[in-house]
Amino acid sequence: MTDLHVQLPGLDLKNPIMPASGCFGFGREYSRFYDLSLLGAVIMKAATGEVRPGNPTPRVAETEGGMLNAIGLQNPGVDQIISEEVPFLSRFDTEIIANVAGSTLEEYETVAGKFNAAPQVKALELNISCPNVKEGGVQFGTDPAMAKEVTKKVKAVSDKPVYVKLSPNVTDIVQIAKAVEEAGADGLTMINTLTGMQIHLPSKRPLIANQTGGLSGPAIKPIAIRMIYEVRRAVDLPIIGMGGIRTAEDVLEFLLAGADAVAVGTANFQNPLILPELIRDLPLVLEKYGFRSVTEATGKAVMN
Amino acid sequence: MKNVKMKLIASRKIAENTYEWKLTDDYITQRARPGQFIYIAVPGFTLRRPISIADVDQENEQFTILFKVVGKGTEQMAHFPPGMTVDCLGPNGNGFPLEMEKMGRALLIGGGIGVPPLHYLAKELVQKGMDVTAVIGFQSKADVFYEGEFAELGETILVTDDGSYGKKGYVTDALPDPSDFDVYFSCGPRGMLKNVQHLLKDKTGYLSLEERMGCGVGACAACVIPTNTKAGHKKICHDGPVFSAKEVLL
Ligand SMILES: Cc1cc2nc3c(=O)[nH]c(=O)nc-3n(C[C@H](O)[C@H](O)[C@H](O)COP(=O)(O)OP(=O)(O)OC[C@H]3O[C@@H](n4cnc5c(N)ncnc54)[C@H](O)[C@@H]3O)c2cc1C
Ligand SMILES: Cc1cc2nc3c(=O)[nH]c(=O)nc-3n(C[C@H](O)[C@H](O)[C@H](O)COP(=O)(O)O)c2cc1C
Ligand code: FES
Repeated sequence: MTDLHVQLPGLDLKNPIMPASGCFGFGREYSRFYDLSLLGAVIMKAATGEVRPGNPTPRVAETEGGMLNAIGLQNPGVDQIISEEVPFLSRFDTEIIANVAGSTLEEYETVAGKFNAAPQVKALELNISCPNVKEGGVQFGTDPAMAKEVTKKVKAVSDKPVYVKLSPNVTDIVQIAKAVEEAGADGLTMINTLTGMQIHLPSKRPLIANQTGGLSGPAIKPIAIRMIYEVRRAVDLPIIGMGGIRTAEDVLEFLLAGADAVAVGTANFQNPLILPELIRDLPLVLEKYGFRSVTEATGKAVMN
Repeated sequence: MKNVKMKLIASRKIAENTYEWKLTDDYITQRARPGQFIYIAVPGFTLRRPISIADVDQENEQFTILFKVVGKGTEQMAHFPPGMTVDCLGPNGNGFPLEMEKMGRALLIGGGIGVPPLHYLAKELVQKGMDVTAVIGFQSKADVFYEGEFAELGETILVTDDGSYGKKGYVTDALPDPSDFDVYFSCGPRGMLKNVQHLLKDKTGYLSLEERMGCGVGACAACVIPTNTKAGHKKICHDGPVFSAKEVLL
């Protein structure tokens, strides 16, 4: 029997497969397709201090091998997420990870502090890489000093492990990873989307109302793999990897590059059953390439 | 709503760049209500394509959709051969309300590729014993479809932008006296819906909206529309595509 179990700070994962933040809401919609207890964990949609309406539409555009999105952190606010969504998700036998977002240091602290008081939430994913909000968001994730600062502040108010979600929109991702490691991060999740743009020919204007959007899907997979590989070599933190995963072979590729577990976003849109299918297929793929467990495969490409 | 793989029974061109598909699937035909859509996977594309249900034949477990070729996805769909298996999510969304107290006479207003869902709606309304008047508009004569189908169900006013067939102008130029109707239903381009909403602001009405989608099931918040309700933004794929004309801010 192939062992899919993975133990990470705060997270006891029965398998390394989970939905990526923002692509799965709070699980309600996909719970109509399958039992969420199958999942290793669920990463919830981003939470901010107050309710946010998000950006104007169009918010998405299809691209070759992927898509752009500029949702703009639309969410009902941390209080409602804790009172309505967390209880729903805790009915399932899966680990709940809260995605923490904000525009200011104070907002990050407030949101993290509130999730810290919710016992069903097992870990925080610190979203310092959202490219789609005007202030805050990505700038915390592209400046090592700011990344360090926000990680420290959130660590100070949280007893739960903090996974920092890294932005690929940087020249040197290792520098950011090291900065948040020094600040006390317990893990990393990577990568968020890459900033892109599409021009709509009939209107001769950017298609997405926000003008730019974050690129996700298979198109970004090689970038994610490269970045995880680089970070794994330089930093000791566990990594939840993501970016274009569609098949169990893709999952193995992420594990080999250095991921301990993976998250899947865009692929849910094409195939709502993708997550259970990956969980079903992963043991066969691991076996095919000579692995008896997920942990055995992690980082194999990096060690030489 | 479910992920269903279904068989394409027939595909035919029924107007300029416009195709009619007949598909067979008992899950969809047993559940589909007018205004709902299916979300079709096109091989090679990241996102599915939302297309409205235009007719349902429960007895033969078949349903109809109509689509216009406007880009790469619909272009590929136009070449799907009969017999092919099509991967769909559906039926998605809420559909038009059919259970209302005072709904003796209904006005249906459709523009272009917004016309198909109104056909299934008209059929269901007539079956419930209501009078239906349809005002349907197309760009030009070559784009016209389903004139006969609508004429069978009630009074039908046809308009074309260029006057090459029916009356010349937009559907909003050809509306009958609103006081003759209890309720209206409309589907078409956003600009048309905005005019309809404004012209008929005193009437009870329902609008079916389009927006670019990600998940198509209510999870990603790509397809929102602002409303004047407490809920604020609503999701077109999940809370719509049909909304009360009094609540949406177009
Ligand atoms: C609820 C709903 C019902 C619809 N019903 C019908 C119908 O019955 N018949 C019909 O012909 N068309 C219908 N449409 C519009 C149809 O979905 C688009 O024309 C189609 O997706 C275009 O795909 P494409 O690949 O040819 O175009 P491309 O421009 O190449 O598509 C690129 C991306 O944009 C999206 N997109 C482009 N135009 C639209 C649009 N108008 N609305 C939503 N997404 C769009 C596509 O889905 C795709 O993700 C409906 C749309 C919605 C939201
Ligand atoms: C529609 C959409 C919404 C997203 N929203 C969030 C979000 O709220 N918070 C976040 O940290 N990442 C968000 N992401 C990024 C994903 O979590 C993920 O990092 C990225 O999409 C790469 O994975 P994928 O290629 O499998 O989608 C979003 C992505 C998409 C496509
Ligand atoms: S398309 Fe995802 S919420 Fe409507």
